Amino acid sequence: MNVLMQRRRERLDRLAEAGGPGGGGGQSLLAEAFTRLRRNPVAVTGAGIIVVFLLVAVFAPLLAPHNAEDSFEALRTSLRPDSIPGPMPGFPLGSDQNGRDELSRMILASQQTLLVGVLATVLGLLAGVLIGVLAGAFGGWVDTLLMRLTDVLLSFPSLRLAISIAALAAKASQTTVIIAVAVVSVPVFARLLRGAMLAQRSSDYVLAATALGIQRRHIVLRHMLPNAVGPVIVQATLVLASSILDAAALSFLGLGDADPGRAEWGLMLANAQSYLDVRPELAFYPAVAIILVALGFTLLGEAMREALDPKSRR
Amino acid sequence: MTKNPLLEVRDLRVTFGGTGRRRRGDPPPTVAVDGVSFDVSPGQVVGLVGESGCGKSVTSLAIMGLLPHRGVRVSGTAMFEGTDLLGLSDAAMRDRRGRDLGMVFQDPLSALNPVVPIGIQVTEVLRRHRGLSAGPARDEATELLRRVGIPDPGRRLAEYPHQLSGGMRQRALIAIALACRPRLLIADEPTTALDVTIQAQILALLAELVADTGTALIMITHDLGVVAGLCDEVNVLYGGRVVERARRHELFATPRHPYTHGLLGSIPRLDAPSGERLNAIRGSVSDNLPWGSACAFAPRCPRELPDCREITPSQDEVMDRLLSCHNPVPVQVRS
Repeated sequence: MNVLMQRRRERLDRLAEAGGPGGGGGQSLLAEAFTRLRRNPVAVTGAGIIVVFLLVAVFAPLLAPHNAEDSFEALRTSLRPDSIPGPMPGFPLGSDQNGRDELSRMILASQQTLLVGVLATVLGLLAGVLIGVLAGAFGGWVDTLLMRLTDVLLSFPSLRLAISIAALAAKASQTTVIIAVAVVSVPVFARLLRGAMLAQRSSDYVLAATALGIQRRHIVLRHMLPNAVGPVIVQATLVLASSILDAAALSFLGLGDADPGRAEWGLMLANAQSYLDVRPELAFYPAVAIILVALGFTLLGEAMREALDPKSRR
Repeated sequence: MTKNPLLEVRDLRVTFGGTGRRRRGDPPPTVAVDGVSFDVSPGQVVGLVGESGCGKSVTSLAIMGLLPHRGVRVSGTAMFEGTDLLGLSDAAMRDRRGRDLGMVFQDPLSALNPVVPIGIQVTEVLRRHRGLSAGPARDEATELLRRVGIPDPGRRLAEYPHQLSGGMRQRALIAIALACRPRLLIADEPTTALDVTIQAQILALLAELVADTGTALIMITHDLGVVAGLCDEVNVLYGGRVVERARRHELFATPRHPYTHGLLGSIPRLDAPSGERLNAIRGSVSDNLPWGSACAFAPRCPRELPDCREITPSQDEVMDRLLSCHNPVPVQVRS
C-alpha cells in the first residue's frame, strides 16, 4: 500500500516537473534524462564511486603520504623472501615487494589508471564518431567501405586485438596501451552512431531542413548528430569501464610501460602474483580498485542508457 | 490563364522504381504523378485536392526537388520565373529552397528537430539565406514568431518543440517557412495533424500572411472545407493527373467531373434530412486503370461509358475550366 502511494506521488512529481506546454523555460531531453538519473539509486551509486575515485586521483599527490618510487629503510629491513611487512606506523597498508609504501602507490596509481581509461575512451569515441558520421551521412560506398573495415576490427576478440596492437609497438609504453585500447573501442562507437544516423536520415525534420535549403553539412552536424549521439554517450561510459579493465590487463601482461617504479594497478597486480603466498593483500588491493572503478562506470552507464531510452519513459 | 504565372508546371511525371538495371522479381515501376500541369500566379492560392495516393505530396516534393535521386524518375518542367526548377543542380536548388520556395509540412512535431530549440531552428534559415549574424537574426526571429501569433516570442525561442502546443508548433513552422519571404509557399496538408479549432486559426493565419506578403500558396489537402475557405483556384487530382480545374466558386457550384461531383456529394451536410446516408464513391484507388489507354477513374465512376475503359480522356480547357472526362456531369444546380 505504502509503496503504491509512493509510486503515485513520484509519478505526479514527474508530471509536475515535466510541465505542460509552455511550462518552465527550455528543458531539453538531456535535462529531463538527468532529472530521471538523479532519482535512480543505481546511477547515484555508480556516480558516487566514480566521484570518489576521481577525487582521489585529482588530489593523489596531497593524499599519498609518501612517494611512489621511494623505498624505505624501515620497510626494507624486515623484507625477506618469505615475508613482506604488513601495516606498521606510518605505513597503513604496509610494504610492497620492494619496500615501498603500498598505500601511496595505490593512491598514485589511480591517476594512471583513470588517465589511460579516459584518454583511450575519448580517442576511440572521436574516431568512432567520425567514422559513424561519415558512414551514416553519406551512405553508399563510403558506408560500405567503412562498415566492412569496422567489421574486420569487430571480428577479433577485443582483448586479443588490443594485445596484438600493443605488441606491434617497438617499445612498450603508456601511449601504446592507450592507442591499443582506443582502437578496440572504435568499431563499437562507429556502428552504433551509424545506425542512429541512418535512422535520422529519413526523418521529417531532416526533410524539412532540406526544404529550407540548409546545407547538408549543417544538417548532418547540427541536426542529425545531436539526435543520434545519445546512445553513443551512454556506450562511452560502459566502454570506459572495459577500457580500464583492458588497460590494466595489458600492463598486467607486461605490454604497458615497463618502468618498475611506476605505480599502476595492472602492473602492481602482475608483480604481486609472485608473492601471492607471502602477502596476498598486495594482489587484493589493486584488484579491488580495478573492479570498483569498472563497476562504477558500468552502473552509471546502465542507468544512463535507461534514462535516455525513450521506451522506458512514461 | 493568367498573364504572368509565378510557377508553371507542365506535364510533370514522377515514376518510382524502374531506374537502373531491371532484375527479375523487381516490382514494376509505379507512376505516382502522371502528367500534371498547373499554374500559380503571385498572390494566388491554388489547391491540389485529392484522396491519399493521388500524387499531391509527390507533386510538391518534385517541385521542391526533395525526392530522392535514386530510384525516382522525374520528367516535365516546373518553370519558376523563367528557370526550370526540375533542371537545376543540387546546389542551385539548395539556394532557392527556403529563400524563394518555402514549405510547411503536415506534422509540425516531426518536422521540427526535437533536440534543437525553436529559436535556433528559426535563425538558421535567416543566417543561411539572408546572411544575418546571430544578434539581428535573433531579433528577426522574435518578430517572425510574433507575426504568426505566438505569445511571448522571446521566451519561446529558448524552448524545445515538445514544450509547445500543436497549434503553436505549426505556427512556428510557418514562421520558419516564411522567414525569408519566399515567393512561393507550398503547404502540404498543414492542418491535418491539428484539431478543428486550431485548424481554423492556422488557415486564417495562412490566408492573412498570403494577403500581406503577396506570397503565392500551393495548398495541398484532402479537405474540401479547407479548399472552400482558402483557395482561389482548385486542381482536383485523380491517379496522378489533374481531372478537373476551376475557380473555387465554379467548382463548388457546378462540379463537372464525376469524381469531383462524388467528393462534394460525400461531404456530410448540416441541412440534409437526418438519417440520410452519405454518398460514398465506390471502390478504392487500387481499382485504378492506367491513364495510358483508359480513364483511371472508370472502374469507380457512376457515369462510366464503354469508351472510358478504351480511350484516354483528353484534357479540355473551356471557359477557365479544365476537364478530363468522356461523360461529364451536365451543368445544373447541384441538389
